[in-house]
Amino acid sequence: MAEKSKLNLNRVPIPKQAPEVRKRNFNEVALGYADEKALEEASRCIACKKPGCKEGCPVNVDIPEFIKAIEEGNMPEAVRILKSKNSLPGICGRVCPQESQCEMTCNLAKKGAPIAIGRLERYVADWERAHPEITKQQKGQISFNDKKVAIVGSGPAGLTCAADLAKLGYRVTIFEALHVAGGVLMYGIPEFRLPKIIVQGEVDYVKSLGVEIKLDNVIGKIATVDELLENGFDAVFLAPGAGAPMFLDIPGENLSGIYSANEFLTRTNLMKAYRFPEYDTPIQVGRRVAVFGAGNVAMDASRCALRLGAEEVYIVYRRSKAEMPARLEERENAEEEGVIFKLLTNPSKFLGDERGRVKAVELHEMELGEPDASGRPRPIRKPGSEFIMEIDTAVPALGTRPNPIIPSTTRGLKLTKWGTILTDEVTGRTSKDRVWCGGDMATGAATVISAMGAGRRAATDIDTRLRNSN
Amino acid sequence: MYKILKREVLVPNTVYLKVEAPEIARKAKPGQFVILRVDEVGERFPLSLTGWDKKEGAVEVLFLIMGRSTMKLSSLGEGDCIMDVVGPLGRPTEIESYGNTMCVCSTFGVGPAITLVKALKEKGNKVVSVMEAKDETYLFWEDRLKSVSDETHVVLGDGSRGKHRQASQFVKEYLESGNKLDRIFIFGRVFTMMECSQATKPFGVKTIVGLTPIMVDGTGMCGCCRVSVGGETKFTCVDGPEFDGHLVDWELLIKRKRAYLIEEARAFDLWQLDNLRRIAELSELPERVSVV
Ligand SMILES: Cc1cc2nc3c(=O)[nH]c(=O)nc-3n(C[C@H](O)[C@H](O)[C@H](O)COP(=O)(O)OP(=O)(O)OC[C@H]3O[C@@H](n4cnc5c(N)ncnc54)[C@H](O)[C@@H]3O)c2cc1C
Ligand SMILES: Cc1cc2nc3c(=O)[nH]c(=O)nc-3n(C[C@H](O)[C@H](O)[C@H](O)COP(=O)(O)OP(=O)(O)OC[C@H]3O[C@@H](n4cnc5c(N)ncnc54)[C@H](O)[C@@H]3O)c2cc1C
Ligand code: SF4
Ligand code: SF4
Ligand code: FES
Repeated sequence: MAEKSKLNLNRVPIPKQAPEVRKRNFNEVALGYADEKALEEASRCIACKKPGCKEGCPVNVDIPEFIKAIEEGNMPEAVRILKSKNSLPGICGRVCPQESQCEMTCNLAKKGAPIAIGRLERYVADWERAHPEITKQQKGQISFNDKKVAIVGSGPAGLTCAADLAKLGYRVTIFEALHVAGGVLMYGIPEFRLPKIIVQGEVDYVKSLGVEIKLDNVIGKIATVDELLENGFDAVFLAPGAGAPMFLDIPGENLSGIYSANEFLTRTNLMKAYRFPEYDTPIQVGRRVAVFGAGNVAMDASRCALRLGAEEVYIVYRRSKAEMPARLEERENAEEEGVIFKLLTNPSKFLGDERGRVKAVELHEMELGEPDASGRPRPIRKPGSEFIMEIDTAVPALGTRPNPIIPSTTRGLKLTKWGTILTDEVTGRTSKDRVWCGGDMATGAATVISAMGAGRRAATDIDTRLRNSN
Repeated sequence: MYKILKREVLVPNTVYLKVEAPEIARKAKPGQFVILRVDEVGERFPLSLTGWDKKEGAVEVLFLIMGRSTMKLSSLGEGDCIMDVVGPLGRPTEIESYGNTMCVCSTFGVGPAITLVKALKEKGNKVVSVMEAKDETYLFWEDRLKSVSDETHVVLGDGSRGKHRQASQFVKEYLESGNKLDRIFIFGRVFTMMECSQATKPFGVKTIVGLTPIMVDGTGMCGCCRVSVGGETKFTCVDGPEFDGHLVDWELLIKRKRAYLIEEARAFDLWQLDNLRRIAELSELPERVSVV
């Protein structure tokens, strides 16, 4: 590697589609580094003796090492290093909240120019996808043992656990409720942020390891967890996510034209309503859309609404900008595309027309008071500040709770007071013998990378347990 | 892929299918439904289970041709495959020894009604069945329902069988003449369910209805199927589909069911244009009928 004479603090920007163009199409917004740009960014890494970056990554990717491989032009090696810790780099590179993880703890962050680790990760994954012959060589032959593991849910937690166990020789079957595998990556996160072809690629890779994926299988209905254990599975890993939507719980919320973010995004992404009537599933957006909440989900919903043809899209949030939970990058993308932020504002009721469709929402202003249990200032309603905003569509994007189907049909699973399954953080064990859990079902709504990490830890513990069982 | 083993056009707008799905057949119970997706571009939509055959590994459904999805489904023949069939979804019907029970059904409700009547009989209940149809042309499976019920009454909309034109009128008169019912179940058109619920309310008869809001996933993930029951919002796919008919907000259900009328008509017309040949090949030309 060339000597680094002085620090280069010019982070290489990633090319994007122009806002006025992209806000009307579903193609990916960020276009990815070209080779020379990736090299330029990689060469900014100073290969720290004590690399802060690694500590910020929930799965401890060997960041300086894979960056060095890029710099040396040894892409197969970069792929190998990356994949030894992170089996879904094409996804994480795109959707990890890097600014609060690896890039926050990069030693250059203090100087305001952390290495663009996520973008480099994405670059390596995209290179791999363009050179499929390389991974084929690396995979080698797997010899199966006679142990069977069932995995419930094919989101990042389930896919990671499946891949790890398959590599160790277990016979793995994933049961997935929907008609495609991928979980939130498929039905929630929109195409323009995470192209489905990339998720499909990762799913195909997991299948190529010999994992069987049974779609259209709702565990708890077609078979219970207990039945899986009785019918030949040695272990079960539960990764059903936290898919049940929350609503505002205010009058008028059941009017037509009010969609939970889950429904809005599922219709759009999974069912491809943006291609209606070529695809059969319809969606209605109208002219004015109000999205309630300010997390990643709200950003995704508002940006989808624009792309579905809405003229004005509002994010209505009861706290201020500083408290918005969405990633900075997504917030900026939304702003650039023209999403309007109505901060310190909260809805009190929806008003409908004679056909039962929403036509307006009553909003009121808020002030910030003392910090509440979450440590954020408590929003308080300003008396007499009510006003009416006409809307055609409303999307409450308030987060999700665990779906009760698994807990209510499985004997002896202890739950937490939030309805999540009580799970040991390190091993993924639950209160039930031979049953592990991970991802959003164990933690509540979190991130792709933390779900992956949980899948990986559970795979390790399942392996230890089953290896020692005879 | 789920293979169609048997197909029958029951009446001009209603088709019966038996579909290979051994795992669903093994677990199915009365009151449950499946979600189907006919092809790659298809929407997800629910159909009640009309029966299941554990030995043959098959489930049965029957459906009214309403729009694009059901039309598409009706255009498949024996040996063809449905892309996705998910189930059994929803909570099974609560079946106990109630005593005197009644089962009312209209249109596709005949399917779920027959499975329920059988199960009610097994628990020792007396079951009076009431079937409602527009006229003789649209009446099917009368003999089947008769063979499992203690008593069966047919009510036709043209008044050609007895004096009643709606099942709700029959129910009302039945109760007014002093007959006792411990529980009544109603399946099929929303109007049948709503009006029968209104008829039983003054008599305090526990009334169970199988609601049919628009659904997407059918697993509690989207909230599209929300209904209001006793002032509380419920998700039909996981909390239902059966609820107390006296507590259902019918107006809301009907309005939500009609939310996509324009889009549905457009999708239906476009599909028909693209498939004129296929439609012509189908023996009976289906008629579009409203179930709300
Ligand atoms: C719109 C949206 C945007 C997001 N954006 C980001 C982001 O930018 N960055 C980030 O890091 N995180 C993001 N997240 C969060 C992230 O997607 C989740 O934390 C992560 O997907 C959780 O993974 P999981 O494997 O636990 O579950 P999921 O991804 O939820 O997958 C669970 C799977 O299990 C299936 N399932 C459920 N119940 C059953 C059952 N009974 N039987 C069979 N299968 C079942 C479900 O259908 C689903 O496919 C976002 C989430 C949403 C909703
Ligand atoms: C639990 C449940 C059980 C049902 N069982 C049966 C049955 O056994 N036989 C039967 O014929 N019908 C049944 N239905 C109704 C059936 O799902 C709809 O008739 C069907 O989806 C119509 O689709 P379409 O595209 O042909 O018609 P469209 O033209 O799209 O719609 C016609 C009407 O059907 C309803 N509908 C549309 N899309 C959906 C959807 N995704 N989910 C639910 N309803 C929708 C709407 O009210 C709409 O106005 C059931 C519905 C539910 C919720
Ligand atoms: S997995 Fe996520 S947190 Fe870890 S290095 Fe990659 S982008 Fe950063
Ligand atoms: S902390 Fe930053 S500069 Fe240091 S090795 Fe990690 S990525 Fe490179
Ligand atoms: S259909 Fe989605 S929650 Fe019931």
